[in-house]
Amino acid sequence: MHLRTGRRAGLYLAVAVGGFRRYAAYGVATAAGVFTNTAFGFIVACTYMALWAERPGLGGYDQGQALAFVWVSQSMLAACALLGGGFQEEVQERIRTGDIAVDLYRPADLQLWWLAADLGRAAFQLLGRGLVPLVAGALVFPLALPADPVRWLLFLGSVLLGLVVSFALRWLLALSAFWLLDGSGVNLVAVVASVFFSGMLLPLTVFPGGFGELVRVLPWAAILQVPLDVLLGRHAGAAEVWRALGFQAVWALLLLGAGRLVQSAATRKVVVQGG
Amino acid sequence: MGVDAGVDAGVDAGVDGGGPEVLIELHGVEKVFAVRRRAGLLRREKHQVRAVDGISFEVARGEVVGYIGPNGAGKSTTVKMLTGILTPSAGRLRVAGIDPARERMRLAHRIGVVFGQRTTLWWDLPLKDSYGLMRRLYRIPRARFAENLERCVDRLDLGPLLDVPVRQLSLGQRMRGDIAAALLHDPEVLYLDEPTIGLDVVSKAKVREFLRQLNAERGTTVLLTTHDLQDIEQLCGRVMVIDHGRLVYDGTPAGLHAAGAAGESERMLVLHLERELPAVCVEGARVVKVEGPRQWLAFPAGASAAPLVAQVAARYPLSDLSVREPDIEDVIARMYAGRG
Repeated sequence: MHLRTGRRAGLYLAVAVGGFRRYAAYGVATAAGVFTNTAFGFIVACTYMALWAERPGLGGYDQGQALAFVWVSQSMLAACALLGGGFQEEVQERIRTGDIAVDLYRPADLQLWWLAADLGRAAFQLLGRGLVPLVAGALVFPLALPADPVRWLLFLGSVLLGLVVSFALRWLLALSAFWLLDGSGVNLVAVVASVFFSGMLLPLTVFPGGFGELVRVLPWAAILQVPLDVLLGRHAGAAEVWRALGFQAVWALLLLGAGRLVQSAATRKVVVQGG
Repeated sequence: MGVDAGVDAGVDAGVDGGGPEVLIELHGVEKVFAVRRRAGLLRREKHQVRAVDGISFEVARGEVVGYIGPNGAGKSTTVKMLTGILTPSAGRLRVAGIDPARERMRLAHRIGVVFGQRTTLWWDLPLKDSYGLMRRLYRIPRARFAENLERCVDRLDLGPLLDVPVRQLSLGQRMRGDIAAALLHDPEVLYLDEPTIGLDVVSKAKVREFLRQLNAERGTTVLLTTHDLQDIEQLCGRVMVIDHGRLVYDGTPAGLHAAGAAGESERMLVLHLERELPAVCVEGARVVKVEGPRQWLAFPAGASAAPLVAQVAARYPLSDLSVREPDIEDVIARMYAGRG
């Protein structure tokens, strides 16, 4: 059993490496993405500077923290696939054309297979699309980034959990194609929801009252807001940090579990399209 | 490792048992899909489609069987049930003693599947990367993997393609790549769904030759669906015809022709005349259809088209012509005509 688990880990690692290399194969697309993220970073950073000059300490951040929020979130944007572009469109297309049959007969777990492929993609996009915009932002703006390596490690752990939550949400989106056959409608709704509820548009900490309480416990918060707060040191003490990571882990497990339920319903009841 | 032991035991059983060992077994298998159809603005009607309607057959180890029928007859649905992707609505189904739907993962190690119009290969990456993934996916020991890969590369001419991203391969190259991918783990059964669809003559010949060798040397059982009658004639010792979800013929390819109306199959000469004319009159062929300036002439498959063409060209204003080989649809159509 132990040996088996080990070999399976090797398989999913190979799938992840393949996911990484697939995206690395398209250099021009990556360069275009880097340019877009950097340009957006400048626009949003200028907007935030105006906003925080008017309302200092908005959402509990000083201006340096707000700017760090902008640039780090820009460098995470592609990896988290908040604007789409992950695996979900591909899986939806495979369901529509019936190519999903090829995935289904493989002696591997469908969800883990695509999770591995998506984490491989995210790893590439974190490096390929994330580093340059962050460095560009740091050169031009005074970003309040921590010097403590432990904080960065916790941040990376939190990013990983956020990526799993992002995957799990998009897995549900991808599976919707078993019933809808065309995913473009739900994908659009999902992009709008995830851009707003992740904190991409504005940090979730700026929203007051019950609405603010609500958006901070939704799963999208686990994708972007929580990792950024871990990095910016908004959690007082280790216990608070672990609580934040636990919040992410709970959402990851709940959503992955929901995905498995939907998946078994989909494969049991719905016709594999085509042929 | 457990997989190896299983394979060996299976082979022994076949030898000891005297008669041929049954590898694939279907007993009254049905698959019913519930389809919702829009009936009016909001109302939807639910009705049932019987894709497979009570099929029974057995395939012995080492057989090469063609599984043919018109589009929508239930071929792919049967193959999907045999791989465990779809669960039968009724009936009993076993492959190598395994219930596919219940133990899909365990069965996957013992079967190979090639869907002609789909690929299992990694689109953006070099061909060899996909093979490396297969090694891990099927837990193939390194030595055996190297040996199998070398044989497939050699026989299917994949050497120069190993470093080429799959998206740059031609259809024929990709198909050969997919067939190799399905065989690296030494499956006992290979299902091929339209393996020669869209391939040119040379690629088709290569694929057929490879499958013949595979069956002869390694005893791999092959079940293939196809629209190409030549696949059947050149490869299969047995052919099963399915239509409307039912098995309508199970026997030798030669017997299939005998089951046809006139016994002998016919070829079709399609004439494009310069203008509309009454049905032409030539010796050795009969006009079966006239459509504007085009006319269809049926003649025995064994006869030469040359004298017919000469006759037509000498007597009628001919602008173009083509010869159509008999295909499975024709054979099946004649089968029904013969019965009726």
